[in-house]
Amino acid sequence: MTKSDHQMRDDTAATLPARLLGPQRRNLWFWVFVGPFAIGLALFTYVPLLWSVYLSFFNAHNTVNPTDFVGLGNYTAMLSDDAFLSSLGTFLLFTAFIVPATYALSLSLALMVNRLRFAQAFFRSVFFLPTACSYVVASLIWKLSIFNGVRFGLANTVLGWFGVDQTAWLSTTSPPWYWLVIVTVRLWLQAGFYMILFLAGLQRISPQLYEAAAMDGARPGWQVFRHITFPQLRATSVAVVLLLVINAFQAFDEFYNLLSDARGYPPYARPPLVYLYYTALGRDQNLGLGSAGAVILALIIAMATVVQARWFGLGRKED
Amino acid sequence: MALAGALAAACGSNTGRGGGGSGPALSQWYHQYGEPGTQQAVKRYAAAYKKADVTVQWRPGDYDRQTAAALLTDSGPDVFEVNGPLLDQIQGGQVADLTDVVAPVRSDFNQAVLAPKIWQDKIWGIPQTVDTQLLYYRKSLLKDAGVQPPQTVDALVDAAKKLTTSKVKGLFLGNDGGVGVLGGTPLFAAGLSLIGEDGKVGFDDPAAARVLAKIRQLYADKSLLLGAPTDWSDPAAFVQGLTAMQWSGLWALPQIKKALGDDFGVLPFPKDGTGGRPSVPVGAYASAVSARSRHKAAATAFAKWLWVDRTDFQQDFALSYGFHIPARLSLAKQAGQLQDGAAADAVRFATEHGYAEPLLWTTADRNAYQDALSRIIKDGANPESELKAVVRKVDAELQRVKKK
Repeated sequence: MTKSDHQMRDDTAATLPARLLGPQRRNLWFWVFVGPFAIGLALFTYVPLLWSVYLSFFNAHNTVNPTDFVGLGNYTAMLSDDAFLSSLGTFLLFTAFIVPATYALSLSLALMVNRLRFAQAFFRSVFFLPTACSYVVASLIWKLSIFNGVRFGLANTVLGWFGVDQTAWLSTTSPPWYWLVIVTVRLWLQAGFYMILFLAGLQRISPQLYEAAAMDGARPGWQVFRHITFPQLRATSVAVVLLLVINAFQAFDEFYNLLSDARGYPPYARPPLVYLYYTALGRDQNLGLGSAGAVILALIIAMATVVQARWFGLGRKED
Repeated sequence: MALAGALAAACGSNTGRGGGGSGPALSQWYHQYGEPGTQQAVKRYAAAYKKADVTVQWRPGDYDRQTAAALLTDSGPDVFEVNGPLLDQIQGGQVADLTDVVAPVRSDFNQAVLAPKIWQDKIWGIPQTVDTQLLYYRKSLLKDAGVQPPQTVDALVDAAKKLTTSKVKGLFLGNDGGVGVLGGTPLFAAGLSLIGEDGKVGFDDPAAARVLAKIRQLYADKSLLLGAPTDWSDPAAFVQGLTAMQWSGLWALPQIKKALGDDFGVLPFPKDGTGGRPSVPVGAYASAVSARSRHKAAATAFAKWLWVDRTDFQQDFALSYGFHIPARLSLAKQAGQLQDGAAADAVRFATEHGYAEPLLWTTADRNAYQDALSRIIKDGANPESELKAVVRKVDAELQRVKKK
């Protein structure tokens, strides 16, 4: 577009509606395309979010239009609630285990698949397939057929061959076998996806680096991995860890489907989302208290994300 | 929508939303009953009502949550069954007062299940049917092990231990070891209650810790079946021989009878200690009217017609599909299916030893108590200190609800 073009447009279309429409009606088209999403986002995300913050300052039992203002009462109640605090502990424990475990497992799968000379596509697909399975379905399979507590459950059958007594995997708290069930279902479901990310990362590493390392006398195996492969995967690793932590924050499906029953949820392995679900949306319908918990959780997540971003130098230019 | 509804009501025209009646359009909600035929039956009842056009909604899934959410809006049900109504629903003005509707036949209702529907001398729900839970035991297995049907909690602990073999467990209280289903049952067995007559915590007593320690003993002895494919409410584990005794609902009785013939008996939860008594939990889904209904009067009239006047339908609903005790004493007496064998025992237990969770026992109380129960049973936590924490919580909760 030339300068005189602009000049002409400005002169002829100086009226307000025309200015609102913008050059070539760009503003109009912007809103035609963005508007529906923006409205949807506002209506279904921001309004409920702000409403929830509003509710958190009220005594809101069985109502979303509360009148009984309690100030920070719900927040102090939530922060002095042992069950909520222990749910935060549960969640930290879960994250501290599942993030490194998935990272290590998917990286090793990727390294193994990457070395394959034949049938690589086959194994890549096989390991990736579980990603397509729903958490709910997988949880039910884990709960009802693999790790059920009776003698004909798969795990108990196998252990039975070695003369081991049947174990009630999800009902036993000492030792806490339920963690085995929860962690394995998640590992099975998500390891394949992160393996694909690592594979992509591995294939981007220039072969010349390995050649140069070989020239310098680096022994294949650990030394090459430690000094070439692992550092070269830094960008992928950062992305994987971030995604894993976010996924761990959202943990709900497998916990709920593995451990809840018609009468509620046990006090162990209860992450904050499950606890809040019961507080706010269960028979309790304590929407004020639940909202306060959600706000606290959101603040914790926001802080953790900021710290992580700083730590990894996210957003900084790649050097 | 509101306008259309009002017009339809004014003209008394049939809106064509199914059903047979004319007059205002009402929607009635039920949770999904497992027994075949129930859905057709409730639709038949609704169609027989001529003064309103009643549409039945049969709602699978988490019914309590669905109604709780729907009652916050204008598009909820007019008449609905509810495992309550809960105190917070009543205090929140979500359900209509049905005192006048029930009043003429008030004494004919099973008083144990009617009591939790009453708040400040007003009745907020009409009990539909009485459900109860019992201890089923396999006669042949007990005989083989030389065990008598247990009459005390101590005997129950011993019996479950003796009946446990490498293939069969002694007792099934649900996959969580009884945490969910037992509720206040052991407390009642020890002669205590959840909330006392005086409106104070009913289990602030050493006997409570003693009886819960015995439930822990069952778990520690490894006498309990855990991790079965179905939970306590389903008789499958008992019928398949995974357990010699099972705590389950009255509704399971026909299935058990079909599978095992006469090789089973029923017991109440046995008593504990000197002040104890056998304990049988009873409860009733109630029919309630939404306070936000656009046709509250018509909805109330319909609820009265179905759950007070039409005793034939009430009888049919209780006994033709599932297996429940009618909530009306006069109907329970007439019911042929409840006259002999284990069913008659069950009805007698429910009448003599039945207790219902009081209205003041809120969900927050129940959650706190269940958490403590889980820690006592599974982790072997100290019952006294766990209960002390629950008592504090329940005290605070009582203060909250009484303030309103």
